[in-house]
Amino acid sequence: MPYAVKIPIVRKQSWGDYHLFRFQAPEMAAAARPGQFVMIRPGESTAPLLRRPISIHGRDRGALEIFFQVAGEGTALLARRKAGDTFDVLGPLGRGFDLDAPLDGKTACLLGGGRGIAPLYFLALELADRGALVKVLYGGRTADDLPVRDRFEEAGLELACSTDDGSFGFPGLVTGLLETEIPVRRPDFLFVCGPDPMMKAAAGLASRFRIPAQISLESVMGCGFGACWGCVRRIKRAGAEAWRKICEDGPVFPAEDIVWEGWK
Amino acid sequence: MTVDLAVDLGFLKLRNPVLAASGTFGYGTEFAPFLDLSSLGGIVVKGLYYGPREGNPPPRLVETASGLLNAIGLQGIGVEAFAAEILPELRRRGAEVWVNVCGEDEDEYLRVISFLDGLDGIAAYELNISCPNVRRNGLCPALRPDWTYDLVRAAKERSRRPLVAKLSPNVTDIVEIARAAERAGADGLSLVNTFLAMAVDPETRRPRLGNVFGGLSGPAIKPIALRMVYQAASAVRVPVIGMGGIMSGRDAVEFLIAGARAVEVGTANFVDPAAAARIVREIEAFCREKGIARVSDLVGTITI
Ligand SMILES: Cc1cc2nc3c(=O)[nH]c(=O)nc-3n(C[C@H](O)[C@H](O)[C@H](O)COP(=O)(O)OP(=O)(O)OC[C@H]3O[C@@H](n4cnc5c(N)ncnc54)[C@H](O)[C@@H]3O)c2cc1C
Ligand SMILES: Cc1cc2nc3c(=O)[nH]c(=O)nc-3n(C[C@H](O)[C@H](O)[C@H](O)COP(=O)(O)O)c2cc1C
Ligand code: FES
Repeated sequence: MPYAVKIPIVRKQSWGDYHLFRFQAPEMAAAARPGQFVMIRPGESTAPLLRRPISIHGRDRGALEIFFQVAGEGTALLARRKAGDTFDVLGPLGRGFDLDAPLDGKTACLLGGGRGIAPLYFLALELADRGALVKVLYGGRTADDLPVRDRFEEAGLELACSTDDGSFGFPGLVTGLLETEIPVRRPDFLFVCGPDPMMKAAAGLASRFRIPAQISLESVMGCGFGACWGCVRRIKRAGAEAWRKICEDGPVFPAEDIVWEGWK
Repeated sequence: MTVDLAVDLGFLKLRNPVLAASGTFGYGTEFAPFLDLSSLGGIVVKGLYYGPREGNPPPRLVETASGLLNAIGLQGIGVEAFAAEILPELRRRGAEVWVNVCGEDEDEYLRVISFLDGLDGIAAYELNISCPNVRRNGLCPALRPDWTYDLVRAAKERSRRPLVAKLSPNVTDIVEIARAAERAGADGLSLVNTFLAMAVDPETRRPRLGNVFGGLSGPAIKPIALRMVYQAASAVRVPVIGMGGIMSGRDAVEFLIAGARAVEVGTANFVDPAAAARIVREIEAFCREKGIARVSDLVGTITI
């Protein structure tokens, strides 16, 4: 059951526009599953007014971590918080990744673009825990946009990077890196989070190579818990298309259920 | 000192003057993890058309300065699913349920009312004659006194329950509309619905909302909402329920002082899912601090 708390940030790490907060929230941590998110109030006043959705990046016993990139006013205000400051967190929310399939000995490929890497760290550790062979593909614009790559390596997870400008790792898009990966070691499962064009391209590859893929979508959220109907995306289920709330039915969906037409 | 929070709307007694506003409280059940639904004066569930509705294409929300611009387009489940899946749970939780009644035309409004009249466990109807998001140009019955009169009258004749007309602020003279609704037999008025508004993205030179126009809510609209509630409450005898940007108990008290008999809390529910219950406690604390024994003693006490 989700709930809201005002809690102190116990640790903060920053890399330019990217920030990682750790906070102690034992009940929230116990309930959290990879792919779920929290809603955070950027400030105390009415400007900005709404909470902002941020994925759960990591869990360490009773602590949770978030990792975010400054995208506008709300995240900029959040980034100004220091260790010791309190912030207002509501969660855990959403359904997260479906990990019901047997994973032992299976190869799971995780594809993260930019800030989309956030939920994949928690997921990678959980998959590894369940005996999956995890390979993380992490793409960014430049080498500076891959700040948490060390974390994956320190956790003993296999990682390959790509940059759009070729300054680090594979030169090009992370979906290009995936295309080189598939013939070498075809993954049994794909898990994807990143900008829409990247997720759309990844969904295309998943369908072409018949790899089951789960995609974590984004949308502007008014509430995060199903009350405003503001966060919808076009989703196909049992042959019928509808606007579905991603905060409640997602944010993670099977790639084949997502309707990309007409979406920028 | 104990404060009596109950308020009497004439057609209905409320345990306290705070209701959750339609469309900002889902179907009510979404908030059960965060507050005791029976602790509110009432909950007005999301606007119901007869059948399920698709709603507008996204983006449906844009944040503006201390405000929220929405163009949901009343996506929803329709009366049958509401009766089967939602109402029983709300009753089990002891919520005082109001239904926000919608329609594409008069016939649909009346069909919704007839269907709901056949169900138990609904306290009142709020007739949504003021949603700006369904038609592109923001047209709705509450923009004209004659349209308001005709629809409210037809709905009132059909309904076996108290009927509150929800008015639009997108009018030149709110008093004229308020009087038309009263004349047509409305048991009460609620206002304001959202202000027709838009947002533009200077990078793409396109509207930020999929629907072009949307409805503005939140603290940004509070001063205008207060003015309209004051004007309406001064002009009619039926009770007025005030809303628009209420975030705290003090905001709510301002509406009561301006003449509202009760208030609805809207956008605040998104920011703080326990806001409505918190606002009840804050109103109580305000009264205690000022030595006011009954919250109804505040109503309409503004001195000009
Ligand atoms: C389920 C979910 C999980 C997310 N997890 C993370 C995360 O772990 N780390 C991270 O850095 N970001 C994450 N985001 C994106 C983050 O919520 C937005 O970047 C943030 O809300 C922008 O707020 P702002 O006030 O800084 O910018 P604004 O000024 O509000 O917006 C800046 C730009 O971002 C767009 N935007 C606004 N809200 C959202 C939104 N909810 N989703 C996508 N784009 C948006 C706007 O259209 C605009 O182009 C997540 C989004 C969702 C829906
Ligand atoms: C997302 C959203 C959906 C809404 N849906 C409805 C609705 O279905 N019916 C209705 O009468 N008003 C609806 N409203 C208007 C609110 O009930 C309320 O009148 C308005 O938001 C002003 O109050 P606030 O500033 O406290 O939010 C909606 C408002 C928002 C923000
Ligand atoms: S964010 Fe409000 S319904 Fe999804």
